[in-house]
Amino acid sequence: MAVRVQEADFDVGTEFNRFTQGRVDLGGVALFVGLVRGDGQSVSAMTLEHYPGMTERQLEAIEAEARKRWKLDDALIVHRAGRMLPGERIVLVMTGSAHRKDSLEACHFLIDWLKTKAPFWKFEEGPLGGKWVDAKETDDAAAKRWGE
Amino acid sequence: MKILYFASLKAKTGVGAEDVTLPASVATLADLAAWLKSRGDGFAEAFADLRTVRAAINQEHAEFDVPVKDGDEVAFFPPVTGG
Repeated sequence: MAVRVQEADFDVGTEFNRFTQGRVDLGGVALFVGLVRGDGQSVSAMTLEHYPGMTERQLEAIEAEARKRWKLDDALIVHRAGRMLPGERIVLVMTGSAHRKDSLEACHFLIDWLKTKAPFWKFEEGPLGGKWVDAKETDDAAAKRWGE
Repeated sequence: MKILYFASLKAKTGVGAEDVTLPASVATLADLAAWLKSRGDGFAEAFADLRTVRAAINQEHAEFDVPVKDGDEVAFFPPVTGG
């Protein structure tokens, strides 16, 4: 189980190989990769601010919650911070379990909860300047689907 | 008490982090927000509508009715938008 917050990009293949290296207990791995969406010409770059310290604590708490709810053998969350361009990778969630249902559902849960509980804020740059992005009610609804 | 402001709240207050001595009137996060609001235009704007403000005490999410005390690390920020 691990969480990382970093400015640098990550390589999905490298992370996957490290995750599964030497393991014979896993029946499958689910992974989600979030990308910076460009929204046409309106977003030229995005900067993610976060709350160092609290971010890691929240990600660890979310991961611990997933382990309580599903039978996970391993989980990994890598979240980037700083300035990114459309198309770049921003977040990686990986879950491994003996049977697919646990890893698939836990991966979905982790990304939904992360979006409403981890202290990250998006600042978008566009042709008319920059602005802080407002939270979406649909994100709250997606997280609530899993119950508190 | 250490107070941190993030994202649009940092932009509105013009402050990222500060150390404050709590007045006796401040018992909860809501009291703290009300007191901060009285400190000037940027703060008044930042705390005008608490429905758009989230808070944490010692790096854990907290509701506005939670008590605060000297020595706490309190943070104010808008609803999160990560992922």
